[in-house]
Amino acid sequence: MTQNYIGAPITRKEDARFLTGRATYLDDIKRPGMLHAAILRSPHAHARIISIDTKEALSMPGVSAVITYNDLPASIQPIPVRIFNLPGLERCLQYPLAGDKVRYTGDPVAVVVAENRYIAEDALEVIAVDYEPLPAVADVREGLKDDVVLHDEAGTNLTGSTTLNVGDVDQAFSNAEYTRKEEFHTHRHTGNPLETRGLVAEYDAGTGQLSVWGPTKVPHFNRNILSNQLDMDRENIHFFEPDVGGGFGIRGEFYPEDFLVPFAAIRVGKPVKWVEDRMEHLMAANHSREVRCQVEIAAKKDGTLLGIRADIYGDMGAYVRTHGCVVPALTAGMLTGPYRIPSYRANINCVMTNKTGTGTYRGPGLYEGAFIRERMLDLVAADLGIDPAQLRLNNLVRPDEMPYTVGLTRIDGKETVFDSGNYPSAFNQALAKLDYQALKSQPRKASDGRYHGVGISSYVEPTGFGPYEGARITLTEGGIVKVYLGITTLGQGHETVMAQICADGLGVPMDSIQIFHGSTDYLPESVGTFGSRVTVMAGSAITMAAGALRAKILETSAAYLDTEPAQLELRAGQVYSKVSAGGPVLDLARVVQLAQEGNQTVPGEPGLEATEYFRIEEWTYSYGTHAAHVAVDAETGLIEILHYVVAEDVGRCINPLLTHGQSVGGAAQGIGGTILEELVYDSGGQLLAGTFMDYLLPTSRDIPPIDSIILEEAPSPLNPLGAKGAGEGAILATGATLANAVSDALADFGVNVTELPLSPDNIKRWIRESHP
Amino acid sequence: MTTNRSIRVTVNGQEYQREVEVRMTLADFLRESLDLTGTHLGCEHGVCGACTVLLNGEAVRSCLMLAVQTDGASIETVEGLAPDGELTSLQLAFQQNHALQCGFCTPGLLMTATAFLRETPNPTEEQIKDAISGNICRCTGYHSIIQAIKDVSQS
Repeated sequence: MTQNYIGAPITRKEDARFLTGRATYLDDIKRPGMLHAAILRSPHAHARIISIDTKEALSMPGVSAVITYNDLPASIQPIPVRIFNLPGLERCLQYPLAGDKVRYTGDPVAVVVAENRYIAEDALEVIAVDYEPLPAVADVREGLKDDVVLHDEAGTNLTGSTTLNVGDVDQAFSNAEYTRKEEFHTHRHTGNPLETRGLVAEYDAGTGQLSVWGPTKVPHFNRNILSNQLDMDRENIHFFEPDVGGGFGIRGEFYPEDFLVPFAAIRVGKPVKWVEDRMEHLMAANHSREVRCQVEIAAKKDGTLLGIRADIYGDMGAYVRTHGCVVPALTAGMLTGPYRIPSYRANINCVMTNKTGTGTYRGPGLYEGAFIRERMLDLVAADLGIDPAQLRLNNLVRPDEMPYTVGLTRIDGKETVFDSGNYPSAFNQALAKLDYQALKSQPRKASDGRYHGVGISSYVEPTGFGPYEGARITLTEGGIVKVYLGITTLGQGHETVMAQICADGLGVPMDSIQIFHGSTDYLPESVGTFGSRVTVMAGSAITMAAGALRAKILETSAAYLDTEPAQLELRAGQVYSKVSAGGPVLDLARVVQLAQEGNQTVPGEPGLEATEYFRIEEWTYSYGTHAAHVAVDAETGLIEILHYVVAEDVGRCINPLLTHGQSVGGAAQGIGGTILEELVYDSGGQLLAGTFMDYLLPTSRDIPPIDSIILEEAPSPLNPLGAKGAGEGAILATGATLANAVSDALADFGVNVTELPLSPDNIKRWIRESHP
Repeated sequence: MTTNRSIRVTVNGQEYQREVEVRMTLADFLRESLDLTGTHLGCEHGVCGACTVLLNGEAVRSCLMLAVQTDGASIETVEGLAPDGELTSLQLAFQQNHALQCGFCTPGLLMTATAFLRETPNPTEEQIKDAISGNICRCTGYHSIIQAIKDVSQS
C-alpha cells in the first residue's frame, strides 16, 4: 500500500489561522517598548541636497531619533546586486539614504523614530530639506542621450550592456526570403501585494543579538548583506518570517529600509517597527516590466523561422537594485521562446532614468519577451498568409528534439537547455478548449456591434533555479514530524504542499507533519523563494531528507526488534514487517523513545533527524499556451475578455487545487496588469499613479471566465519529483495573448499593437492613428 | 494639538471603554488599542477593502472612519465570526474552494460577504460579483471567492 498525498487536491493546512484573524503579519507584531519609524522621501525626481535641518523634528515630544545620511556609519556600502549582475552596474547602486543627490521621487532622505506612527509622520513634516532641483529623464530614449546623467561616477546612463549570440544570425538574415522589423514597449507596472512592506528589528545589547522580523523571500541573503552593512557576525543576526500578504517577486529583496530599520533599532536601543503606506509602496518598492525593444525576424516564405535580432533597453530606474539586469536579461534570454529558431542575437542595455528602481515581478522578462515574440509571430503569419496557429505548430520544438539546446542565452555564460516537454500537445489542448478553429471562422464584427478577436501565445519558462535548497526533518515526541526549511512562503500554500511531499516520502499521515519556514535559525543556508523554485528545490530536498530519516527510523526499529531494516517498512506512521502479515509492529511515538538518549537502541547520535540539500546547476523549464477570445468596443475602446484559457505543464502537480489557484490567480493578475495597471510618470519624473485610485487593480468585475489546464505530460528528468514549478506560467503570456487578440479584433482598422497597456484610451488612439 | 476623548463601543459582543486620540482611525483603534489585528490595512485610502468591518451591521472601511465616530456603536470583526474556533460555513467554503492564498484580504472579504449574505441570502453570481467588487484580492483571481459565497448561500 503506497500513500498518495502527492497529486491530491488537499485543502490547505494553513487556512484556519487566516480565516479567523489569527494569522500574524508583520504589522501584527508588537514588541515591548517598540517605537515606530517613518521615512522622509524625496518629492523631486532629481535634485541636489543642499542641507537638511532636523532640529524642529528632534525637539518634538515623542521623537527619539532623526537619521540622515551623515548619521550612517562611515563604512556604509551601497546595496549590492544579488543576481543577474553585469560589469558597470556597480556604479549605480543605492545607499540606504540619499547623500548629496536624490534621483527619484521616493528616494529616502531621512528616518524618524517616534513613539507611534502618528507622531513619526508629524515629525516628517517639519524636517526642512533644501533641494536644488535638476533636470530629470523619465524615458530610456532620453536617458541614452546622456544630456542628464544620474550617476556622475558612471558618466553615462547606459550603465551595463552585453550581447547574447546563437548561430550566425547575420548570415540567416542576408539569405532570408522574408524579414520584418518592429519596435515594442512594455509598460511599467508591478506586483502590488495587498500587504505593504514592513520590518521590525530588535537588538539585545547584552548578548549582541539582532532579531529582524520581515516578510522576506531571501532571508539568508538579506542577513548576509545586513551583516556586512552593520559589520556584525552573521551568526548574531536572526531573521524571522511572519505570515506574508503576497510577494509576486517584489517583496523581500534587500531595500534601503532593510538596513535603516535594524540600524535605527540599534541606535535607539529599542525595538523599531516600520510599515510603509501604499503611496510609499508605489514609489519605493521595485517597479518592473518596462522594456523597449527593436526586433527583427527572418523566415522562409513557408513560415520556417530562421533568426531574430533584438536590441533590448531595460528602464532600470534611478538605481540598480538587488536584481541587477534581470528584466532585460531574461527578456533577451527567453525571447526565442519554445520555438526552433537557429540563429539569434540580442543586445542587452541597462539604462538609468529618474524613476523608481526595478526588479522582478512574477515572470520577470518573460511577460515582456512573450509580448515581443508572439506579436512578431502574428505579424509574420499575416504577412505570409499562414494561420497563426499553424505557424506556431510548425516551429514549436517537438518532443523528439528533447532535451533541446537553445544555445548561450544566459548571461552567466551557461547554455539554455529545455529539459523535457511536449509543447505542441499543450498548444493543441489550449486551442481546443477555446474552440479556436470555430472562433477563427466567425466574422470579426459581430451582431453585438463589437469587434471580436482571438489571440494565442506559447511560452517556455525557466524554473527550479539552483544551486541548492535544504530540508531538516525531525521525528519528535508522539511521532510528530517537524520539517524545517530555509525557504519562505508568501501565500502559495507551501505548508500544505511541503507536508504532502514529506508525508509520501516518509510514509506518515499528513496530520502528523508540521512545516517551519522562513527563519535563518532553521537552516544555516538557503537560497529562498522566487522563480517557481520552491516545489522543485525544497520539495526535492524534503524527498531526500525524508528518505534518509526513514532509513534511520527503520534502522532503530530493526535494532529493537532484532531484525534487519530491509525486513521492515514504514507506512501511515507505523512500522510494519514485510515478511509477516498483520498489524504494525511499532508506532513512531515508540520509535522516538527508542532513539532518545539513555534509551538508545542503535549506536551513534541520539534522536531521529536528517538534513539534506538538493543541489543542481541546470534549470527546469515549464511551458504552456494561452488563448483568449475578446470583444472590443471601437467606440469606447473597452475590451471584454469572453474566454481565457491557460494550459501549463508543471511536470508534476503536487496539489491540483493549489496549482489551479496559482494558474487562475496568475492569469487574473496578468489580465489586470495588461489592461488596467500602469505606473505613469510625467516627463519630469513625477509619479502620477501613487494611489489605488490612479493605479487600478482588477476587481471581481474585471476578471473573465478563465479555464486552467494543468498538465503533467513531461516530468522533469532533473529532480526526484519530476516537478517544474508553477505560479508564473499563467501570468507571463497574458500581455502577448491579449495584444494578439486585440490586434486580431481590430485588424480591419489596421491596428498593430506594439505597446501596452491595452487601456481604453490607448485602444481609441490606435484606432484613430491607424484608421484616420 | 491632539486631544483625547472617551468612547464606548461593543466589539464582537464585548463592551470596551477607551480613551482615544480624536485623529485615530477605527482600524488603528481595533488593531492597536484592542489588539484585534485580524482587520488589515492594505491601502489606507478606502479602495482595497482589506479593513472592512461591520458597524451596526453595515460593512464599512475602518481606515476611513475615526474611532470617535463609532462611540456607542456595535462593531463586528473577523475575530467575532468563529468565537469558539469552529469555522463558520462561510469560512469553510473559503477553505474548500481555495478562496484565499496569502490571506491578507480574507478578513475584509469575509466581513463584506457576511453583511451581504444577511441581506441577500440567495444571490445571483452577478450580485456576488458586485458585492465583493470593493474588496481587492491580488492572489486568487476571485473565481474561487465567488464560488465559495455561492456555495454557502445555497447550503
